[in-house]
Amino acid sequence: MGLLSFRGGVHPPHFKEPTSRLKVENAVEPKVVTIPLSQHIGAPCEPLVKPGDKVKVGEKIGESKSFVSAPVHSSVSGEVKAIKPCLTPSGEALCIIIESDGLNALHENVIPKGDIEALSGEEIKNIIREAGIVGMGGAGFPTHVKLSPPPENKIDTIILNGAECEPYLTADHRLMLENPGDIVYGLKAMMKVLSVSKAYIGIEDNKGDAIGVMEEAVKNERDIEIVGLETKYPQGAEKQLIYACTKREVPSGGLPMAVGVVVNNVGTAAAVAAAIKTGMPLIERICTVGGKGIKEPKNLLIKIGTSFKEIVEQCGGYRGDIGKLIMGGPMMGLAQYTDEIPATKTASGILAFTPDEASLPKPRNCIKCGKCVDICPAFLQPLYISAYSLNNMHETAEKYNALDCIECGSCSFICPSKRPLLQSIRVAKREIIAKKRKTK
Amino acid sequence: MNGKLIASSSPHIRSGETISSIMRDVVIALLPATLAGVYFFRLRAVMVIFFAVLSAMITEAVIQKIRKQDVTLNDWSAVVTGLLLALNIPAAAPWWMPIVGSVFAIAVVKQMFGGLGNNFMNPALAARAMLLASWPVQMTTWLAPVGHTVTTTATPSVMASVGDAVTTATPLAIISGGEGAGNILPTLTDLFIGNIGGCIGETSALALIIGGIYLVYRGVITPRIPVIYIATVAVLTFGFGGFDPYFMTYQIFAGGLMLGAIYMATDYASSPVTPRGQIIFALGCGIITSIIRLYGGYPEGVSYAILLMNVASPLIDKYTGPRVFGEVK
Repeated sequence: MGLLSFRGGVHPPHFKEPTSRLKVENAVEPKVVTIPLSQHIGAPCEPLVKPGDKVKVGEKIGESKSFVSAPVHSSVSGEVKAIKPCLTPSGEALCIIIESDGLNALHENVIPKGDIEALSGEEIKNIIREAGIVGMGGAGFPTHVKLSPPPENKIDTIILNGAECEPYLTADHRLMLENPGDIVYGLKAMMKVLSVSKAYIGIEDNKGDAIGVMEEAVKNERDIEIVGLETKYPQGAEKQLIYACTKREVPSGGLPMAVGVVVNNVGTAAAVAAAIKTGMPLIERICTVGGKGIKEPKNLLIKIGTSFKEIVEQCGGYRGDIGKLIMGGPMMGLAQYTDEIPATKTASGILAFTPDEASLPKPRNCIKCGKCVDICPAFLQPLYISAYSLNNMHETAEKYNALDCIECGSCSFICPSKRPLLQSIRVAKREIIAKKRKTK
Repeated sequence: MNGKLIASSSPHIRSGETISSIMRDVVIALLPATLAGVYFFRLRAVMVIFFAVLSAMITEAVIQKIRKQDVTLNDWSAVVTGLLLALNIPAAAPWWMPIVGSVFAIAVVKQMFGGLGNNFMNPALAARAMLLASWPVQMTTWLAPVGHTVTTTATPSVMASVGDAVTTATPLAIISGGEGAGNILPTLTDLFIGNIGGCIGETSALALIIGGIYLVYRGVITPRIPVIYIATVAVLTFGFGGFDPYFMTYQIFAGGLMLGAIYMATDYASSPVTPRGQIIFALGCGIITSIIRLYGGYPEGVSYAILLMNVASPLIDKYTGPRVFGEVK
């Protein structure tokens, strides 16, 4: 089968060589973890513990009554030291600070939950919710919500995202090579929840070894197909991935379920498998630590709540001065202004750039080359949306479909005039949404 | 960790392509045609190119100084404009003509409308049109290329202005009757190589096509505009020119079509950005060029066709926005 793809997109350099052959290592046990109560899209959790409480590994320490939310768990055993607002990768949020006793005693709830065959779909969904599993590709949307489509949307396909189209990141790549069984197990569990009989696992062709390993892992699964994808950014963007695998277009303003598809990251599937097989909630994840500013780039299995600083120290520390620190990939990741922040469920990568790489290019006049129009995977005209946004003409920006922007950053990447296209489009989107809320 | 971290909006990496690299590619792509022009028209071509490029650069720098802006000569865009203008002027032109043209192109058409990216017409073409309207005789006095032996039909006054050089007529003037009648049509090989009368840069279709392939290979332009433009002219001049493949071939390879379609109609600022818009733009250029050549009194038509479509570009863009991903029509 030939490589599948979407229309548009860019080809940033891969930068994956430094870590793609490095096995995932266990990170050093953190002495203190800072666990944010909001690591997902949706309502933040309320703390279930108070300072002085003893907690164990896997113990639920935060929960919300709201459906669109995911509980958080302790990643160490020890004592709750404080519950206070701290800086997190996505801004200030209430955090539970736990000092580890170094024993890693397991909580009594961390026990195998049984076999997929024996569990009902509803039970599996409940396990996933209780395990605090969220989309691990970066957005952090609670997985059980994705697995609860309204009755009018008949889901017939699940797609696992193993594209890993962000440069530098190799966490999903290593997971596919080292733990393909759990990915398939987790996928089958989700297929049971949604009672679908067709699933794809999409992988970019720059990870040929992963395609091979995953094909081997599903050779007895009639319903699961490994899809080789063209290596092109943003191949792993939800709507683009759905189009590549099924040729279905998610309607403008709609969700994937509108075309009968649910997309999850391969990391999410592995977390689902762990939650069922061992009962361990989402308390750790694989994180690629890389970039020219890191002395020894690595793939580390880190505990949620470990500080960036500690993680970087395990990778030999910084190489010289650092100009930028990013959580996630270089195309969509969040730039941080300090390394004294905890890693969250969505920390797929920690990248350090040299001051030279970080320096912002001076924007020049738009020369109307039309490259952003040619490559926009949402088929927008970024140059015009950006120009209207910069002139405070947000209504006109809306007419140019600003809200359909998926914020992949391809336009800013390709722009020869180095204009802040996505940045200004984000402003327009925010203004448009704010105005809509007001008029409602 | 010392020093400040930059917390900017994603994406955090940018492609290596810059305005300078694009404009430099355009200059590189124009080199074959420039060298062909210098080969065929010798020192006079060198002089025109030199004055055009130099005065374009000086004008750009002076105006940017006056406007208290960064001087952006290093983006190569003034060089491109000067070079394109030179290639659109006959080698017989007096020395001051490229200077007047370049100053007009940069000062009026480019900088007065806001500088790079804001010009509503191709600056070099607008300057060429201005020169043609102001000095029609000098702008249509064609030097015979070196090694070319054709007797002239030029008037004595024009003869005086070009000294002892031999003048000729362009193939399009010959084929359309009119002023060039009486001259012998060059062979197809001469036509393709560029051993014919014409502006400095327009004669060698071969050199222009080589440069065009380079631009497409480097991703500077897509083949959309040039291919559709040239194809439209081919179809129309064939259909309305008496189904004469010979006539059609001359229409494609002679005159400014190659230069215009590959290097001028593809000017970013003055052509549409949407794929559908570019198709309409190219079709429009082809149709207008053909009408002027077939039914107009003027043997050329490329400049005016592109300029007319230039001013229509914003309108075309407005109505040819792409279908948004997932949009239900």
